[in-house]
Amino acid sequence: MPLLELSGVEARYGPIKALHDVTLTLDDGEVVALLGANGAGKTTTLRAISGTVRRSGNVSFGGRSLGRRSPESIAKLGIAHVPEGRGLFPELTVWENLRMGAYVRGERKTIRAEAPRVLGYFPWLEERKTQQAGTLSGGEQQMLALARALVSRPRLLMLDEPSLGLAPTIVAEIFRIVRELNTEDGLSVLVVEQNAKIALESSARAYVLEVGRVAVEGASAELERHEGVRKSYLGY
Amino acid sequence: MIGLPRPLYTALKLAALAGVVAILAVLPRFMGEFRVGQFTFVGIYFIALLGLNILTGYSGQISLGHGAFMGIGAYVTAVLTLGRKGLVLFGHHPPHWLPLGDGMRPALTIPIALVVTGIVGLLFGMPALRLAGVSLALATFAVAVSLPTVAKRFEDVTGGGGGLSLPLPETPFGLHVSAPHWLYYEAWGCAAILFVVAWVLVRARVGRAWRAIRDGELAATASGVSPALYKTLAFGVSSAFAGVAGSLLAIQVAFVNPDTFPLSLSILLLASVVVGGLGSLSGVIVGALMLEFLPVYAQHPPLFGQSFSKQAPGVVFGVVLILIMFAVPAGAAGLLRRIVRPLTKPVPTVSD
Amino acid sequence: MAEFAQQIVSGLASGAIYASLALALVLIYRSTDVINFAQGEMATFTTYTAWSLMHHGMSYWPAFALTLAIAFAGGVAVERVVIRPVERRPELVIVIVTIGLLLTINATIGWIWGADVKAFDSPFPNNTWDVHSVTISVQDVGTLGVCLLTVFLLWGFFRFTTVGLAMRAVAINPNASRLLAVRVGWMLALGWGLAAVLGAVAGMMAAPTVFLDPSMMLVILIYAFAAAVLGGIDSPAGAVVGGLSLGVVINLLSRYVNFVGTELRLPTALAVLLVVLIIRPQGLFGHKVVRRV
Repeated sequence: MPLLELSGVEARYGPIKALHDVTLTLDDGEVVALLGANGAGKTTTLRAISGTVRRSGNVSFGGRSLGRRSPESIAKLGIAHVPEGRGLFPELTVWENLRMGAYVRGERKTIRAEAPRVLGYFPWLEERKTQQAGTLSGGEQQMLALARALVSRPRLLMLDEPSLGLAPTIVAEIFRIVRELNTEDGLSVLVVEQNAKIALESSARAYVLEVGRVAVEGASAELERHEGVRKSYLGY
Repeated sequence: MIGLPRPLYTALKLAALAGVVAILAVLPRFMGEFRVGQFTFVGIYFIALLGLNILTGYSGQISLGHGAFMGIGAYVTAVLTLGRKGLVLFGHHPPHWLPLGDGMRPALTIPIALVVTGIVGLLFGMPALRLAGVSLALATFAVAVSLPTVAKRFEDVTGGGGGLSLPLPETPFGLHVSAPHWLYYEAWGCAAILFVVAWVLVRARVGRAWRAIRDGELAATASGVSPALYKTLAFGVSSAFAGVAGSLLAIQVAFVNPDTFPLSLSILLLASVVVGGLGSLSGVIVGALMLEFLPVYAQHPPLFGQSFSKQAPGVVFGVVLILIMFAVPAGAAGLLRRIVRPLTKPVPTVSD
Repeated sequence: MAEFAQQIVSGLASGAIYASLALALVLIYRSTDVINFAQGEMATFTTYTAWSLMHHGMSYWPAFALTLAIAFAGGVAVERVVIRPVERRPELVIVIVTIGLLLTINATIGWIWGADVKAFDSPFPNNTWDVHSVTISVQDVGTLGVCLLTVFLLWGFFRFTTVGLAMRAVAINPNASRLLAVRVGWMLALGWGLAAVLGAVAGMMAAPTVFLDPSMMLVILIYAFAAAVLGGIDSPAGAVVGGLSLGVVINLLSRYVNFVGTELRLPTALAVLLVVLIIRPQGLFGHKVVRRV
């Protein structure tokens, strides 16, 4: 049984329908990429999972339906969603941001237990602990957002365009860490990307969304060779 | 087939307006002098609420100091009616540089009260309105609380805590109506003029600018409307209206003191404008009636046969205010519109 | 010189009361984005509650503690019942609701306890200390101490506890907080509860000198507004510094400038407010105002 399963999911912002019929699955320990143009519904799909948009259809996680659950209780099931724009607290310090990541599982004991492991991936955070998060560079902020999500030891990590606005070397670094988390800790990841090349290289399978529907799906290696995908998203 | 075409709807509105005017014109014939006095107050509140609705309903700013601006108008009328002679007679010592004159007819002080209060409003509005909406509410709140202390401090002109007594009202120009009737027509005459002024203003360019600011300051700025200018203007106009209302109030009760215009008056004015309907000039009449009569009926409800605390009106006003914000933010006028609109929606033509 | 020092101490004492109420306003402003016009009336209501408790034989400090608990519960309840339904509506709507609350609570106080002025006990002895020929009233020092202790405890709460951290996070970014499993609605309610506690402290400290009457907090509320705006409406530290300095300045002006005297204290505070807003709209410590569109 897959860890995450969406079938026939619809979602709307007021009168505007953003998802028409999305069906996808993600197995435990798998990295899945979600590709598509602007407005295809990638971000909305993540929101439909984390319960921050009105949705209908079936969403289940670990065999449990997420149906009417609130975003808070979905987070408690072990889904860490790093939203569009990273969702950091710029006026809080780096350390306080990390503590907020631990909130879902009991802040004090979790931060004590998890901080060493997470700081192992991002050693530089250690010296920046007391710095305000808003004063970090864009790449550092993205890594802090990732670190904060990891502190909660999620069963599923959802990343919304981690590469947005960042230099290629930093993007590569972020995806290297994501792959490492997957291979070493068996972390399941659902990643939304515009940068199809790096997303396909880093994932096992991928879905391509077009106007609120899944248009193409398959193993990432195959999609890299798929002519339509290549032309539309890889640009060669 | 229900539904009326657009011109008919407008005609209906005009007819309703004419009906209200006619009722108001003949009303005093059918009631005693006490009742006439009460409806004079309704007229006075009507004027004050028109001004407040321009500010809050049309330009989207909150004033908690509207009663204080009424107070300024009232003091202008009182001081000018008494004149230097009158003030000295009561044992006050107004400074020599004040142009007080030797006493005027009360009715003639009304336009002066309008101008003076309007100017004070503009002067106060200029700094206060460079701020976001809440700050204006704060500043006007402070004005409302400060006014009584200021009036007490400058007692040489204002009579201090003891206040100023005006000569008892009488009918001027040798007209053959009793004084209460004269005051009634005077108040409603002013109300009619100011209603037309308000009506014209909110439909003119300036009214469109106000609504644009209310519905989104940034967007308004982008389309070339200067929020600061128009907000100050709205504040000036609303103060001028308050000045007239205060002036009429001073004439009506023939007395002014610092406690005539407490903070609670300002708050009740705001509550009434909300009840009547923000952004609706005709709803103002509902607010004015409520402001005059709710205190009476909340304290002595007609069906309960017992009296409640003096505080009952405050509780009722407060709760009604909150409930209206929950359910019908557009107030009585909005409620009426909600009921009437389905009936007056233009009929969709089938063929054509 | 000795008198000058004395005036400063008593200015600090009233300033501490303004600071507590100002901090309450800032707490709510940060989380709910509105000025709570009912803050003063909520404080008055709880002060009357304390009076009733003592009137029925409770001694001061137990009554004080119980009142704080009642204030907290009341603040939470007000947010849940009255503010929550309009939470996402325009600023104008929320402000009008708080004004409706002001009206309701004020009238309810008069209804329950009557409009006549009541005396309110002070926990501090009515004598003075002489320090280097400066006479300092114990009452002033006690007031200052209680208010500052409250502020200090609150600071510790926000700085060191998990819930305090979550409340700060919610004030900055409610949507991101929700994704981290923070129950945003309850955090807002908690903020209202804590604000009500601050108000209750301010009310009980003010009541021995201004006496109990239904409008006792009105003037203090305006000083608190001025203090909050002075400090920058979104800055807790600013509210405290603003409150203390406003207390001192107003006290000195009314003592040494004849024109101000006792009557013009309030208009003077208003003038300070307007001048600060014109020169520095974001206040002394505040962030630049971001307008909601």
